[in-house]
Amino acid sequence: MNNLLLKKQHQQYLKKLKREKNEIVTWQIFILFVFLSLWELAGRYTWVDPLLFSYPTKIASLFLTKLQDGSLVLHTTVTLLETIAGFILGTLLGTLFAAILWWSRKASRISDPYLVVLNSMPKVALGPIIIVALGPGYISIITMGASISIIITTLVIFHSFHTVEPNYIKVIRSFGGNKKQVFREVILPASFPAIISTLKVNVGLSWVGVIVGEFLVSKQGLGYMIIYGFQVFNFTLVLLSLFMIAIFSSIMYLGVEWLERKLIKH
Amino acid sequence: MSFLQLNAISHVYLTKSAAKEAISDLSFSISEGEFVSLLGPSGCGKSTLLSIISGLLQPTEGSVSLQNKMIESPGERMGYMLQQDYLFPWKTIEENCYIGLKLLNKLTPEKKESTLALLESMGLSDVRHAYPDQLSGGMRQRVALVRTLATNPDLLLLDEPFSALDYQTKLKLEDLVFKTLKAHQKTAILVTHDIGEAIAMSDRIILLSPRPGKIAKIFHVPSQLQTMLPFDARNDATFSANFQLIWKELDSLEQSPT
Repeated sequence: MNNLLLKKQHQQYLKKLKREKNEIVTWQIFILFVFLSLWELAGRYTWVDPLLFSYPTKIASLFLTKLQDGSLVLHTTVTLLETIAGFILGTLLGTLFAAILWWSRKASRISDPYLVVLNSMPKVALGPIIIVALGPGYISIITMGASISIIITTLVIFHSFHTVEPNYIKVIRSFGGNKKQVFREVILPASFPAIISTLKVNVGLSWVGVIVGEFLVSKQGLGYMIIYGFQVFNFTLVLLSLFMIAIFSSIMYLGVEWLERKLIKH
Repeated sequence: MSFLQLNAISHVYLTKSAAKEAISDLSFSISEGEFVSLLGPSGCGKSTLLSIISGLLQPTEGSVSLQNKMIESPGERMGYMLQQDYLFPWKTIEENCYIGLKLLNKLTPEKKESTLALLESMGLSDVRHAYPDQLSGGMRQRVALVRTLATNPDLLLLDEPFSALDYQTKLKLEDLVFKTLKAHQKTAILVTHDIGEAIAMSDRIILLSPRPGKIAKIFHVPSQLQTMLPFDARNDATFSANFQLIWKELDSLEQSPT
């Protein structure tokens, strides 16, 4: 086959890929549009109770009001910072614990039943204790954000450390490498994919911990906005908070995906 | 005095169900520059023996000495080549080759240069910045050879390094390893279950019998085959007679109810 023909076929193939992608995006936008329109109509014509379900334009106008008086930025920033802190803390401590367990086989065997119990326990149930112990402030909320992800991070990453191909370790050991070198050269880099995938899970978990923490104590944050909206029966405010949470948790998730592309090239 | 000396090596594997003797009272010695193959059916403890020689595994009884020094832990005196390349996928080819030097804290500019020269001599200088997943199986095993030789070990331990390759690549790599080892005057021990490979590559073949592993017989490869490249040796008129001889021995070992 000559070059010209090959080139033409390749162009056609690229065109086909692009057409398929356009079709998917069109569908996605269409579904969003239909959903928002139906919601708007249902709210305005009281097919559903607008007091409970509100409707998009009402939420949008509340968004603008809250944006102008500065309260939305404040609440969102507080929650976002708490979530990021809890997320980083939970992941780092979880990885550290996993490293300790990997280092000492005895420690991992001794701690095994405790980890199982801690993992199956709902961590948000510790909320009241954490708040009394650490005081009703952002430290408690960050602790809740971290505590919810720390055990599962430890378990998942320890499992990944433990299942690294033993022959990679043999390569390092055959050059006289010690345990520290095995960890740095093999165990940690080989576990990056597992660490990234726990990051993805932890994004969601940290939001849960922080929002519940804010339900319980705070005077600020999106969790507080939800509770406040609930107490004064302003569900437009609740839905606005949910909208903000959806936006920022998605951005965090995309951030982790970006990190994944940066870290794991091969 | 011999280069490598194994004194009455025994090794027992302990599991919950039993204590199994993998190697029993095994002794032999190898002189400098010699290429020796360990050949035997599965269960004869040949890979265990290689781990013991490398210092990765401590024998239950007996000792190994290299140039009159006891081997207690792995280090720069040994180069170990595994069944598959096990190149680190997150490191470039170049970084993979430096790993031994890095671990031994000997990554000097001169050592880097000599490693790169070694890469070039194997026709791999174009791919030095590539990652292992971009290379073919044969190329990867060649990189693994460079990685093993980079630390300039006194003794090379080859644990079936050709077994995962296709036949054509395997023949080519046998020639390359043979030439490289002879050029650097290295002593080597090859573990294999391939009779042809053992005859083509080595000076001496130690045949092991299984359960527990001990020496069944030692074959001296005819001197004209010793000096030939493995590919030429395989085509030599005397090759098939030697093959038959070892085949019969190996066959009787596998059938005898031990």
